Amino acid sequence: MAETLRVNPITCAGHGVCAELLPELVTLDEWGYPIVDPGPVPPALDRGARRAVAGCPALALKLLRS
Amino acid sequence: MTTALNMPVPHESAPGGAARQAAGLPRLLPAAPEDLRAHLARYGPTPYRGQPGALVADVETSGLTGRGGAAFPVYRKLAAVARAGARQGRTVVVANGAESEPASRKDECLLRVAPNLVLDGLQLAAETVGATEVHLYLHRAPGPEILRALAERGVRGLDRLAVTITQAPPRFLAGQETAVVNRLGGGPALPTFQPPRVSERGLGSAPTLIQNAETLAHLALIARYGPRWFRAVGTATEPGSMLTTIYRPRARPLVVEAEIGTPLRTLLGDGDGDGAGGPGAQAWLVGGYHGTWLPLRDAAGITLDNASLRRFGAAAGAGVLAALPSDRCGLAEVARVVGYLAAESAGQCGPCLNGLPRIAAGLAELAGRGHRRQTRADLERWSGLVEGRGACHHPDGTVRFVRSALTVFGPEIHRHARGQCSATDRAPFLPLPQGMPTSEEDWT
Repeated sequence: MAETLRVNPITCAGHGVCAELLPELVTLDEWGYPIVDPGPVPPALDRGARRAVAGCPALALKLLRS
Repeated sequence: MTTALNMPVPHESAPGGAARQAAGLPRLLPAAPEDLRAHLARYGPTPYRGQPGALVADVETSGLTGRGGAAFPVYRKLAAVARAGARQGRTVVVANGAESEPASRKDECLLRVAPNLVLDGLQLAAETVGATEVHLYLHRAPGPEILRALAERGVRGLDRLAVTITQAPPRFLAGQETAVVNRLGGGPALPTFQPPRVSERGLGSAPTLIQNAETLAHLALIARYGPRWFRAVGTATEPGSMLTTIYRPRARPLVVEAEIGTPLRTLLGDGDGDGAGGPGAQAWLVGGYHGTWLPLRDAAGITLDNASLRRFGAAAGAGVLAALPSDRCGLAEVARVVGYLAAESAGQCGPCLNGLPRIAAGLAELAGRGHRRQTRADLERWSGLVEGRGACHHPDGTVRFVRSALTVFGPEIHRHARGQCSATDRAPFLPLPQGMPTSEEDWT
């Protein structure tokens, strides 16, 4: 089942950990908030995506079944 | 115009009587406020159906959509809340009259002249979804008409559920659905991140139906006269009528009930002056401060329905329509409104919190003289950075307003860059709440 990354923009505090752990799918805007690739997470990046979700200090990043 | 904000806005109405209950308009607005006696003489008692769900099919056939701005099909919300309620054993219905958009005055007008229609609709929606609790959410302290209507209905035993009134804080986002649930739950009127939707898990975790006050008034009429009657006006895909708040040059704001599909020209004029030396219009704003600026050259074919408006990137929203007088500066108007919208960000989401004040500052620069060359590009980039990145649609609506303004007022931007401005009247045209700016903590 394909999954997509989604940020809860209220809980996100712009720590930027996701962009460090998963630069393939997450970049930071000029204020330090993540811009997440809206498409399904490719299988090769699945582990990285899970690490980014687990590593978010604000628990703002989620993987949602698409 | 700002000084008129606390006065009742006049509305256009036709003679009452049987003709009004035929296809004619207005359907919702009597000439003078109707107390319960007049309401009952015209419409009879609240037409309860006797069982939950009974009204859903009629509402579906009617094609009624939400009149609070999103134009979501009403039957789908009714059905979703009824379903979720059947599982949980309780539901809540909220009549949303918060109308926190400062230029919109239609729900305030409706609640003043036809409060019993809204209250009928609230009780009928409650019966339909099997509600155990009903609320009326208002922007201002309840007016005498609504209090009188509630008291008179209480005496007659018309309302099956007692209505709790809650006053919204005077914030732009206070009428947003998740903000309504937070406020009714005793918290600040701040939006939250969805899912879950309020129709699944809203006030006190109960499935919650939130409908705009006007939507409920239409529902009360559909319950009486049926979907065919409702569809006798409007377009085939967007049936019925809608309340609009209209701003024209040299005129007081006016609430008008318009058939959906009415040419905008009929409502806003053709842009020429009044023939007595008064100013004409230079551009139209459709859909309020989350809406879209339209150049007058597109005006000829546009009608008041989303199928037509969508072709120009616009939507009817909650029915705010403005013709900006030709003697005003569009950039000054836009900068003033976006300054307000930036101050009204809930400040919860990083992109909105950071982007909207920068966008507002950029627009203030364009509204002045001799702006920096990169300002326009900055505005485009910031607009892209905030769009779609909030928990609510505040950044998206603001960007729609800003982008359309940059296009429509493009020639004026060039004039300002050369140190000129075409305006001759500096008085603000579009209304903003008095006492701005509001404090950041003031959400309750």
